[in-house]
Amino acid sequence: MDKNKFMRSVRLKESACQGCINCIKHCPTQAIRVHNGKAHIIDKFCIDCGRCIQSCPHHAKIAVYDPLSVINNFKYTVALPAPSLYAQYNNLTNVDIVLNALLRLGFDDVYEVSAAAELVSEASREYIKEHRDEAPFISSACPSVIRLIRVKFPSLISRLLPIKAPVEVAAEIARARAMEKTGLKPEEIGIIFISPCPSKVSYAKSPLGIEKSSIDNVVAIKDIYPLLLPHMRHDESQLSHLSHSGRIGIGWSSAGGESAGLFSDNYLAADGIVNILRVLEELEDEKLHGLIFVELNACDGGCVGGTLTVENAYIAATKTKRLVKYQPVSKNHLADNPELKNVYWADDVEYEPVFRLGSTFKESLKMMNDVESLTARFPGLDCGSCGAPTCQTLAEDIVRGDATPNDCIYVLRANIADLSRKIEDLTVNRKGKDSLTEEESQLLDSYIRTLTAELASFGVPSRSGKGDTE
Amino acid sequence: MSEQLTFTYTIDGDDFTRAGEASSSVKNKLKMLGVSSDAIRKVAIAMYEGEINMVIHAEGGTISVSVSDDAVTMVLADRGPGIPDIDKAMQEGYSTAREDVRSLGFGAGMGLPNMKRFTDEMQIDTVIGEGTTITMKVYL
Repeated sequence: MDKNKFMRSVRLKESACQGCINCIKHCPTQAIRVHNGKAHIIDKFCIDCGRCIQSCPHHAKIAVYDPLSVINNFKYTVALPAPSLYAQYNNLTNVDIVLNALLRLGFDDVYEVSAAAELVSEASREYIKEHRDEAPFISSACPSVIRLIRVKFPSLISRLLPIKAPVEVAAEIARARAMEKTGLKPEEIGIIFISPCPSKVSYAKSPLGIEKSSIDNVVAIKDIYPLLLPHMRHDESQLSHLSHSGRIGIGWSSAGGESAGLFSDNYLAADGIVNILRVLEELEDEKLHGLIFVELNACDGGCVGGTLTVENAYIAATKTKRLVKYQPVSKNHLADNPELKNVYWADDVEYEPVFRLGSTFKESLKMMNDVESLTARFPGLDCGSCGAPTCQTLAEDIVRGDATPNDCIYVLRANIADLSRKIEDLTVNRKGKDSLTEEESQLLDSYIRTLTAELASFGVPSRSGKGDTE
Repeated sequence: MSEQLTFTYTIDGDDFTRAGEASSSVKNKLKMLGVSSDAIRKVAIAMYEGEINMVIHAEGGTISVSVSDDAVTMVLADRGPGIPDIDKAMQEGYSTAREDVRSLGFGAGMGLPNMKRFTDEMQIDTVIGEGTTITMKVYL
């Protein structure tokens, strides 16, 4: 198996993890367990949505991404700012203020992801027009959405729009132009994405829909944001004209922006992982009718709500609207971008049945029978004390061999009560009678040993954590 | 005997917001079993239509879903008014749903026809005034 297949950029900072159950309760794919007082992320279930980063009160969930110093690894670097970067700044009247600041910060050139987004919008309009009877199509720009569909909604894989994400298109065009301009080899040029979210970090390393991404490194908006501030000059006469995108491109940063670029009213735009799960369920059951396009963003409010951003997502959305108010609709057209060889996916996305219980149907059926009878033994409180998000998931973990029934504090308590009763029968009730027989004495001994063992296997784990990231 | 698995669900009457919960639960279980997405789709659609019908016409009922090696069998039992004319009820577009129900987008007269279309076997047992039991099978 390709070891990169389930790579993720959301990690645990073990020293900060207190072993509480906040993250396991918020994870939309039930990918986290708490064992021995520390959270563990299960690679194949994780879709990199970053919800645990937002829900962890101890900041023990972190995103890994590259430091800005990666620009020193290349002879020539091109910054690819996500349009959500612009929305971080107050009173921004002109995108060139940010783009010029990026050059002063040390990048050799910039290419806006929003410019590429307009090409993706154009390609999407054409594709949908040509494949109208296969509608509705699901947007494929959010890597977490693709990952979610890949593991949970096999019947919807064919509905994904097989078009590269704007950042990928931007990276390809930026590299081709930089090579043309400088005469350098491709590996001497660094294409650096300034990202609102960790899922793009994983995407750059292990993309879906294409074999290899053209993005070299991914840095975080929250790192770049303060560094740009001292370089921002608001005197327009001092700025080089670098911006090259219109309303459609910059609008992609907020939920509904991608749909707006399709010039169709028959769309649905949902944001926030819980909401998109519901939409995907309903799409799967064919309960939604008359749609040609379904835009899904894992983060609340769209990319402006990414975990690597600084500004409140809804304020950012308003700022974006203000910024593009007097911009033309679109400034980029496929015909003017011959550097872009292919805007479509080259690879198929394949279903990964990671939630399947057994390796065959028969085995799964037997395992599910066990899951059902185990679940019936549990109290159904979904308290999370066992480290699994629900009683049902604990049962699944047990059947998969990753947990035991005694991880349930209620099952354990019942076992202990049962053993205590047996000990009581043997000892207390015999007061005033003869001493224990050899056989009874052995039985008592075994009861006490079992009791000690059961208690030892469960308990509040020690809080002192060593190590930093897993 | 080969392994068989049965899930039972109680469907509340007159609560549209909850209709679909049972079919969604079955769908997730079938995915965990590794059932093909085509079969899952058929089961989910047929069962959802059945659930909606129970809410609209029969004030709820029970659904039991059995999974075996070769088929998913759904038995939907209610204590509703019964179906006076099955042939008519099976016609596309024929509906006896109330106006308020139709205004919610239900009652288009596609429920039973869709249940038949998406399953490999369907049997309706109905007694006026006592209730209806619909048995549907999707082969695996």
